[in-house]
Amino acid sequence: MSLTTIEIASSQLSGEPGERGAAILGRSPLRLALARMRTDPVVIIAGGMIALMALLAIFAPVISILTGHNPYNTDLINGTNQFGEPYGPGQNGFLLGTDNVGRDILVRIAYGARISLLVGTLATLLATVTGTVIGLTSGYYGGWVDAVLARLMDTVLSFPYLLVGIATASVFGPSVPLVVIIIAFFSWGTIGRIVRGQTISQKEREYVEAARSMGASDLRIMFVDILPNLLSPVIVLATLLIPTAIVFESSLSFLGVGVQPPTPSWGNMISDAQGSGLQNWWFWVFPSAALLVTTLGFNLLGDSVRDALDPRTERIFATRRRRSRRGPIPPAPLEAQLEAPLEGEA
Amino acid sequence: MTRFLIRRTLQGIFTLWVIVSLVFVLYFVAPHDPARLIAGRTVTPGLLRLIREQLGLTQPLWKQYLSFFGRLLHGNLGESYFTHQPVTKIIAQAVPVDISLAAGAGVIWLTLGLSVGILAARRPRSVWDRSATIFVLTGISFPTFILGLLLLYLLFFILTTHGISLFPGPGSYTPFTRNPLEWAHDLILPWITLALITAATYARLSRSSLLETLGEDYVRTARAKGLSERRVVYRHALRSALTPILTQFGVDLATLLGGAILTESVFGLPGLGYAVVYAIGVQDLPVIQGVVLVAAGFIVFANIVVDALYAVLDPRVRLT
Repeated sequence: MSLTTIEIASSQLSGEPGERGAAILGRSPLRLALARMRTDPVVIIAGGMIALMALLAIFAPVISILTGHNPYNTDLINGTNQFGEPYGPGQNGFLLGTDNVGRDILVRIAYGARISLLVGTLATLLATVTGTVIGLTSGYYGGWVDAVLARLMDTVLSFPYLLVGIATASVFGPSVPLVVIIIAFFSWGTIGRIVRGQTISQKEREYVEAARSMGASDLRIMFVDILPNLLSPVIVLATLLIPTAIVFESSLSFLGVGVQPPTPSWGNMISDAQGSGLQNWWFWVFPSAALLVTTLGFNLLGDSVRDALDPRTERIFATRRRRSRRGPIPPAPLEAQLEAPLEGEA
Repeated sequence: MTRFLIRRTLQGIFTLWVIVSLVFVLYFVAPHDPARLIAGRTVTPGLLRLIREQLGLTQPLWKQYLSFFGRLLHGNLGESYFTHQPVTKIIAQAVPVDISLAAGAGVIWLTLGLSVGILAARRPRSVWDRSATIFVLTGISFPTFILGLLLLYLLFFILTTHGISLFPGPGSYTPFTRNPLEWAHDLILPWITLALITAATYARLSRSSLLETLGEDYVRTARAKGLSERRVVYRHALRSALTPILTQFGVDLATLLGGAILTESVFGLPGLGYAVVYAIGVQDLPVIQGVVLVAAGFIVFANIVVDALYAVLDPRVRLT
């Protein structure tokens, strides 16, 4: 449909040397998806939100130097007024105000962005790699290997994860690496389950048979032949896992078993604010807003990535109208699958 | 069906065993000593030994493990290290709070989520659909504790400081049996918090599920027969679109029954989540162990029920 126009249009725009304009380029699905995403306004908005947070994280030390405010040290002399009360937003050079012990909330939010993004991406990476490898192995080999691994995934998925998460964190003493491991441990099951299901259907395809007939090893078939065909769902799941991981981290910190003070994290800032009553709204409104912008950004991006990678799905903020309103609406295979809480198989 | 239930029950028991053992191992691998925590800062070695003996901590690990499971088979979850209350009693006191939470929130989120989802699916790409999408994306991006704090701040704090006291503050809970009206009044903010966030998932799920069934042949047949659009959507399509939603509902309800940790700590509700956060703070292993077992038990049980129900609702699904 309209995909072709985008393809030609963007290939002309990019103006690759040696191409004669009119020639239609052969493109990999991933490049097609990228081309589709480049024209999607939602991606730009989402990207902007994420970029804002990333910049905040990267330049946190710069913000600290520019304002002259340290994120860790309490400063009752400069950070609070003569009655020992915290400054509101905009007062005395504190853009977002100070907390009860006189620390600059803006600087703390910037440092909190570092923790959130770091934990979010690391945990997602760990969970995605683990889930993909285990899902592939389980689906490809079948038999008792599958029985054991699928059982393992089911067990992990029926953990009351926040509960066991706080219990683990409290036992070993909370720390950032532990938070990453806990989040990854409770997240890989979802990815594993979907990769497993996809692998089971992929391994019956002719190309796998062809690879095997040419003497390819199991490892080669799994990772070189099958894996690229599973990339779309894995990328979508990973993008949507980042905000989940970030919320998980801030929940742990909010409950006091995540990132420990004085290291600022949005979760423990909000928890501090709740502990000191709600009257000073800037204590928790700004960290909450930062957290929301981040999760919303990643969720928007995840939705768009899903739309771009699987054009059969419904576009959520569709800019192009379909031919008829009442026409049959194509089913949403990937979307339905990503959201199906329980598959009937196994 | 019977074979399925037996097999799934055995699997469920296995899952619970793994989870409970994991928590057990966790607490004995960890470098901590409950006796020291109980005794406080100043303690003689003799007293410490006495406490350890009392708690059965001097026995070898495997013996403690076996005696724990032996007691479990008799429905005994041990007693708290600190209050010496039986864990079963602590749980029995907390569960009604979670049942109350789940019941009210469940009704709201199911109604809200389904209505938004149906509205969006009936007119894809309309203004309604886009508003629904925004609702969904905001809902899934909102951490529970932030929404809770926001509601508490706007509807309790600000109103109260202006002399209007419509909603109760954190820490208020009235048992249903004492005063049903007061019960609902105290729980309305936690309900809204949980419901708004969960409804987002349901709106999205019911939208995509309904859209999928609306594209099927039998729906076209129903339309071709000249049935009204209402009848097609509500009688024909919705019925089969509801199956995945029901599945999700069962699991979500069960998860909630096992403690809504964040909502309970924001609103100070004395449920399982609150109990376990407290127990974790003082490393009260028997309580943690018991709550984890009960919470996981709810999830495992709900999964079995939901899978069985799936086969009843959808004749194409065959249980093996």
